Amino acid sequence: MSYFVDENGYYGQFGGAYIPEMLYPNVEELRQKYLTIMYEPSFQIEFQNLLKEFVGRPTPLYFAKRLSEKYNTKIYLKREDLCHTGAHKVNNTIGQILMAKRLKKNRIIAETGAGQHGVATATVCALMGLECIVYMGEIDIARQAPNVARMKMLGATVVPALSGSRTLKDATNEAIRDWINNPVDTHYIIGSVVGPHPYPDMVARFQSVISEEIKLQLKEKEGTENPDYVIACVGGGSNAAGAFYHYLDEENVKLIAVEAAGLGIDSGESAATSVLGKEGIIHGSKTLLMQTKDGQITEPYSISAGLDYPGVGPLHAHLCESKRAEFMAVTDDEAMQAGLELCKLEGIIPAIESSHALAVFEKKKFKKDDVVVLNLSGRGDKDLDTYINYFKL
Amino acid sequence: MNRINKKLQEDKKLLSIYFTAGFPQLSDTISIIEDLEKSGVDMIEIGLPFSDPLADGPTIQASSTTALKNGMTTKVLFEQLKDIRKTVSIPLIIMGYFNPIMQYGIEAFCKKCTEIGIDGLIIPDLPVKEYTENYKIIFEKYGLVNVFLITPQTSNDRIKFIDEISEGFIYMVSSASVTGTKNIFGDSQNSYFERIASMNLKAPQIIGFGISNAETFQQATKFAKGAIIGSAFINHLNRNGTKLIDKFIAEIR
Repeated sequence: MSYFVDENGYYGQFGGAYIPEMLYPNVEELRQKYLTIMYEPSFQIEFQNLLKEFVGRPTPLYFAKRLSEKYNTKIYLKREDLCHTGAHKVNNTIGQILMAKRLKKNRIIAETGAGQHGVATATVCALMGLECIVYMGEIDIARQAPNVARMKMLGATVVPALSGSRTLKDATNEAIRDWINNPVDTHYIIGSVVGPHPYPDMVARFQSVISEEIKLQLKEKEGTENPDYVIACVGGGSNAAGAFYHYLDEENVKLIAVEAAGLGIDSGESAATSVLGKEGIIHGSKTLLMQTKDGQITEPYSISAGLDYPGVGPLHAHLCESKRAEFMAVTDDEAMQAGLELCKLEGIIPAIESSHALAVFEKKKFKKDDVVVLNLSGRGDKDLDTYINYFKL
Repeated sequence: MNRINKKLQEDKKLLSIYFTAGFPQLSDTISIIEDLEKSGVDMIEIGLPFSDPLADGPTIQASSTTALKNGMTTKVLFEQLKDIRKTVSIPLIIMGYFNPIMQYGIEAFCKKCTEIGIDGLIIPDLPVKEYTENYKIIFEKYGLVNVFLITPQTSNDRIKFIDEISEGFIYMVSSASVTGTKNIFGDSQNSYFERIASMNLKAPQIIGFGISNAETFQQATKFAKGAIIGSAFINHLNRNGTKLIDKFIAEIR
């Protein structure tokens, strides 16, 4: 079985491009050109150079000594939280902005939930001098004020999404509608491994630098490229896709994808798509998604805005159905405690998304000599308000 | 012969109206359809509401949200429409997004449509390739016409391909936009309309998106077989409820 995308844009039964005809020319152009452009030497030189000089890659693979002692196993943290702008998101926006330039697009649109992808997009647009419009749910704008300010400082226009539930799902709808309205000069930088083919594959390839580095770094530290486990949190799933990518065909490396259970899987306030979702179409892709029996897409909930998405990328739907990855669900409370524990044991304040991945150590027992790599996808600065309110700091 | 094809053979310009089922009130579906037929409308697109209608602007989005709140579902719509052919004879098309149809079951959905007397489907996010490879055989089994869209950005080769596989009409999207955003047609629309008209396609074209009044209806039907009004009719329902539908239609013609 292959875990990579096939020539029709599918991962097993998931994926494809379920888009209105209005988007066909843009998506088709991208489909025909993305691989050629990505692997042109001039693209690779520019991409690698920016990842090094601007983003600060490679990010360290850090042996978390005290955390390892506590859980009696060998834990390495892949420090994506040290990327410029504070999370792995920028790996993808750097790649896509270079793609947009080669496609001769001069207007960039993006969706954002918590604002991390919006900030990463606004950053690369400033870097390249391109116009940037970020769609953000009206409710998210209110609760993520610092990131809204960052985007504005970086020169982006932040447009409130007023439709539906006014969160990430609706911001994505609005970005897609903008693209329908502006089909010639605009490139849509999707922030995760979601959307119509080729987006899930393209974003996964840009994020695959994470597992490419893990292999080299682990070889140096452990004498082997392959850990026993790779753990990552999954909302749409871009950091997990990047951390898993070069291990997908290495069946002896176990993959653990961590979803947000919110207040509990059966509470009605959850974002655990692999458990609660059913095959359907969201944002142009056939995948697992949370929906009513009648096929209306429902609102997820998580304390972490980055995991608060009713679907999951088609790659992850396939990894789940094929059981290549183990899917676990972590509640708000479990994640918050795990986040605080990392602060105290290792001196690192993680993003609440990444805290969900960290909570696995309380739920699953690893062997003493297991090598476990956890992708620490982002830093917690953006989440201070949530931490303050939660822990009454 | 399917009612759509029969209607397309009539020697007149066709007026088709879109409305969202379950809006303004859940129980308005039948009376709206009957009033539209009485007012001289040639064809009706019944919108199956969806939570995330990607190709629609604010007007149809809002009507869909209201309809869903009112309790509209696929099952309810089929229940409401079960006797529609006792009173209505013009072609009826269901326009909906793919996910609710998929959840109902594609074959079950098509079967139900045929039993009720629905003539065709417009599913904007079901791509041509997926349709021809996986679903055409089911649609044909139940005698349903699937309507494809073209836009000003669709290449001539693709238009020719879509023409070849079209069994009813081609839904010609007037401009690069979601529904309900443009109210006038400029030079770029006119030249696009002319370009398509000069291609001498086998399937008649009906223009939609941006048709809101007599002027835009005239302009569109100068080049095409007919035109579809959606958002402007929803706005009418917003202002007047289900009253004065005959007056709205009379002002278009």
